[in-house]
Amino acid sequence: MTDYTTSELMVSRAAKELKNGDVVFVGIGVPSLAVNLAHRMHAPGLCMIYESGAVGCVPKRLPISIGDPCLVTGSLAVVPMLDVFNLYLQRGLIDVGFLGGAQVDRFGNINSTVIGDYGKPKVRLPGSGGACEIAALAKKVVITIANSKRTLPERVDFVTSPGYLRGGRERESLGLKGGPELVITDMGVYRFDRDTREMVLASLHPGFTVQTIKENTGWDVKVAENLTTTPPPTADETRIIREELDPQGIFLRSKAG
Amino acid sequence: MTKLMTMKDAVARFVRDADLVVMEGFTHLIPFAAGHEIIRQRRRDLTLARLTPDLIYDQLIAAGCVRKMIFSWAGNPGVGPLHAFRRAVEQGRPRPLEIEEYTHFGMVLRFMAGASDLPFLPTRNYPGTDLTRVNPAFKEVRSPYSDEELWCVPALRPDVTIVHAQRADADGNTQIWGLYGVQKEAAFASRRVIVSVEEVVEPSVIRSDPNRTLIPGVIVSAVVHEPFGAHPSFVQGAYDRDNDFYVKWDAISRDEATFKTYLDDWVYGLDDRAAYTGKMGARRGELQADRQMCAPVNYGF
Repeated sequence: MTDYTTSELMVSRAAKELKNGDVVFVGIGVPSLAVNLAHRMHAPGLCMIYESGAVGCVPKRLPISIGDPCLVTGSLAVVPMLDVFNLYLQRGLIDVGFLGGAQVDRFGNINSTVIGDYGKPKVRLPGSGGACEIAALAKKVVITIANSKRTLPERVDFVTSPGYLRGGRERESLGLKGGPELVITDMGVYRFDRDTREMVLASLHPGFTVQTIKENTGWDVKVAENLTTTPPPTADETRIIREELDPQGIFLRSKAG
Repeated sequence: MTKLMTMKDAVARFVRDADLVVMEGFTHLIPFAAGHEIIRQRRRDLTLARLTPDLIYDQLIAAGCVRKMIFSWAGNPGVGPLHAFRRAVEQGRPRPLEIEEYTHFGMVLRFMAGASDLPFLPTRNYPGTDLTRVNPAFKEVRSPYSDEELWCVPALRPDVTIVHAQRADADGNTQIWGLYGVQKEAAFASRRVIVSVEEVVEPSVIRSDPNRTLIPGVIVSAVVHEPFGAHPSFVQGAYDRDNDFYVKWDAISRDEATFKTYLDDWVYGLDDRAAYTGKMGARRGELQADRQMCAPVNYGF
């Protein structure tokens, strides 16, 4: 018997990537919950920035969108979006950016633009928003996505947001720093090999096996020699998520099994 | 000189068929009243530009006003896809929609270039993305001061930009607080500017707090007094975002018949925004913002 959901585990794992004092570019859903959880647990000095221009936010309710009015009330600053992207992101102030997407590939490239051909799409997705620039310009990127052959193909249909492109030194050679550091799915956590820049399974969530991962990933994914088990959320963390961060279950609807 | 007029007159005078139109506001202050008036006056062949098309452009697309859209994120924030946008792109209904796609940073730089009368602006963004492959407007240049290659985006110069704000005087000196988005840059980039506001105030009120003026009257063509003019989006300090309506829009827009009923009930069937807010009834009170006053500052010398 466990008393947490997979989503809660993902939120708790993502929160552990944040250090006290980090400047974090926050998105809605799992990233927002993770950052707010870290802020209440081990990183009270975290600075949250939303691409809407709110800096140093202390939201009194769960923000429904990245432009929620609760992000403004009590924040440290509200700046034009030109400043968000030029002065905060491009200048190199953002330590961690959280991203999701419809597809993430072997080298951490993200697609949130189209499934199929760009000119004749099977599915038209929302597009980049600020994702491309976060992937290009944040010091490090943490990705959250579901684990399936559809969502983790060997190569994305469209590179909206650059990861390590075709691997090796390609990203660096184009003048980009940073890059994706961690991919958190509903089955496990992946890191990127230092040389090949390929996604490698680093830890399994409790109850999942390497076999399940292989059956649900679009290429023959490599497994780290020191494969570990993802630590489940503590009782304190699940209480904060349920009672304080998402009391109505807006983003984390499913109940613990 | 007063620039005060009704939305009907402002749209009739300053928004023309085939114009490049911008209605900005990032989640906050989206000028829905203006969008509805453009639908009512049946403008056609518009090119619409905006970072996030949001429900306002989804409505204009479904109403058949739009030929082309320039954007960076086309979704219903916190809810799901924009169905009218997807129908137009995937199936060409009610008419094919040409798209020109950037990222938020790219759109912001396009407005800033237009606002500064520069042909383009460079950025360190974009190496490795497929966006530069499918949109030939992205160009690469070599820095004249270093060995770096930088991607550039071209200036955007709208025919007309429409913004909603908390308050302005009759000359169009416009004050905004809360999220600024890209309104200032979009307004300065534009040939004509329409401002709609929750409150028209005396110039002395504007002059009492000049740091809050985002858009100066010198670039404004028309001022429209339009309380609740941003619903279902929000106005900081006036009313909250109507998140329930954003959720309802998913069902309304999924089907062309339900969308037509919405248009008949809430746009074509009403004369103006005052009729719309009347029809909102008790919902207006539910969305009323609470009071969080700032500490006063001293402008004396």
